[in-house]
This record gives sequence, structure tokens and C-alpha cells, in this order.
Amino acid sequence: MSAALRSLAALAAGLPFGLGLALSGMLDPARVRGFLDVAGAWDPSLVFVLGGAVTVSGLGYALSRRLPAPVLETRFDLPTRRRVDAPLLLGAALFGIGWGLSGFCPGPAVAALSTGAIPVLVFVAAMLIGMALHGLLRRSGGSELGVGRRA
Amino acid sequence: MSTFLPPLAGGLLIGLSAAMLLLLNGRIAGMSGLVAGLGRPRSTRWLADAAFLIGLILGPPAFALLAGHWPAMRITASLPVLALAGLLVGFGTRLGSGCTSGHGVCGLARLSPRSIAAVLVFLATGMLTVAAIRVLA
Repeated sequence: MSAALRSLAALAAGLPFGLGLALSGMLDPARVRGFLDVAGAWDPSLVFVLGGAVTVSGLGYALSRRLPAPVLETRFDLPTRRRVDAPLLLGAALFGIGWGLSGFCPGPAVAALSTGAIPVLVFVAAMLIGMALHGLLRRSGGSELGVGRRA
Repeated sequence: MSTFLPPLAGGLLIGLSAAMLLLLNGRIAGMSGLVAGLGRPRSTRWLADAAFLIGLILGPPAFALLAGHWPAMRITASLPVLALAGLLVGFGTRLGSGCTSGHGVCGLARLSPRSIAAVLVFLATGMLTVAAIRVLA
């Protein structure tokens, strides 16, 4: 019962994310690369996407601190690690290079699957392979690469 | 309409989504983590995570329905470059424990030191990559 409710809540929460990406311009890789093009024709307008999102997300986080538990779950599942380590920095650096090359990050790329465009399918397929590669390396004892968990 | 208004309104919707997922299900709206979680079908969260991603994918068609046109999507990179970029984004977001949403939208809101560091680094390498392409092209 509550699993079904949680899935329904997740579906309802996912829709404004995709709608917001579409409205904001984040689905347009040319515009995203314009945002990253600080040395050229810089388009700073996408700063407002992050600003607006972090503000509302921060209000939600502040409210969550006053609640004993989420509405449909027994506890909040938040990352606890605080140490800035080499895997974090190397991973973020590689991600940034891929983001700059393509203009896509994971959220917009997945949302853009709904367009059925071949370049999006290619990007997302390669992204899944990259994620699987990380899983393989981790399992085969590549502990020097660190154990990846969510943000 | 102002150039800044749609990005701001879109950002507010994205923040609302992150707040909803946190307050209802206690989960961080990190897209790379949710996508990677699809590879673990035995997880008790699998169904809810998949449902979130379905909602995400329904976003652009919902926009098209409301606005009367699909959102702009100008992809200039070639297919081989997109494949390389996808590999880097997939591997990098797992190694670095998150992407623009998990570290950016959620991590910055929590003032997480790891997320602040990650956002600064991926913004820097993203900007350097675009600058390098500009110089080489």
C-alpha cells in the first residue's frame, strides 16, 4: 500500500522536474554550452535555473529538518559523508568535461528521451555504459577509485 | 517575455520537485543516482525511483501540451562526440557521487561541503572544455 503511494508520489514529483527542465531551457544543449562559454558569447540566464531550484529545494530541506520523518517513509535518506576526497573531485571533473562536450547532464538527457531523437538515445546509452563501467571497476576491486554513492 | 523569467520559473519547478521527493519519500532528487539505481531491480526503492524517472520523461511532452510547441533542443555535437561525452558523464557522475541535480539542486541547498566542491569542479571543467573547443575550432 505505502509502496504504491510512494511510487505515485515519486511520479508526481518527477513531472515538475521534467516540466521545469523543458521550461527553463536546460533541454537545449546549445544554450547550456552558451552558459558554460564564459570566454566567448556567455549566456548567464541559466544561473536563474540553479538559483530558483536551490531556493525552493532549500526551503524543502529546512522544512524536512522540522519533521520527524517523511510523509510516506519511515526516515529521511540523506548522504552523511562530508569529506571532500579524490574520487569526488576526479568524478566531478570527468562529468564536467562530458557536460561541456555535449551540453547534456543526466536529468535533461533522460527527460529528452521523450523526443525520441537519435542523438539523445546515443548519449543516454553511452551514459548507462559509463555507469556500468564504474560498477564493474568497483566490484573488481578498484577500491583506489573509491566507492560511489549518491550526492 | 524576459530571457530570465522562463529559466527562473523552470528552476522553481525543479526545486519544487526536489522538495516533494524529500518531504514525501525522504529521497534526494539526484538524477544520476536514480538512473544508476535502475540497475538494482531488487532494491525496495526500485519502483518509486522508476516512477520518478517516468514523471521526468513525461515533463517535455507535458510542456509541449501546455505551450503548444516542443522545447528547443539544438544538438551540435556529432554522434561520436556525444557517445564519448555520455561515457564521461555516466562514469564521472558515479565516481563523483552525483550530478547537477544531486550535488547542485539538492547538495547546495543542504550546504554539503562535498556538493559545493563537486559543483565548483564540474562547472570549471565544463567551462574549460567549452573554451578549449572554441580555441581548437
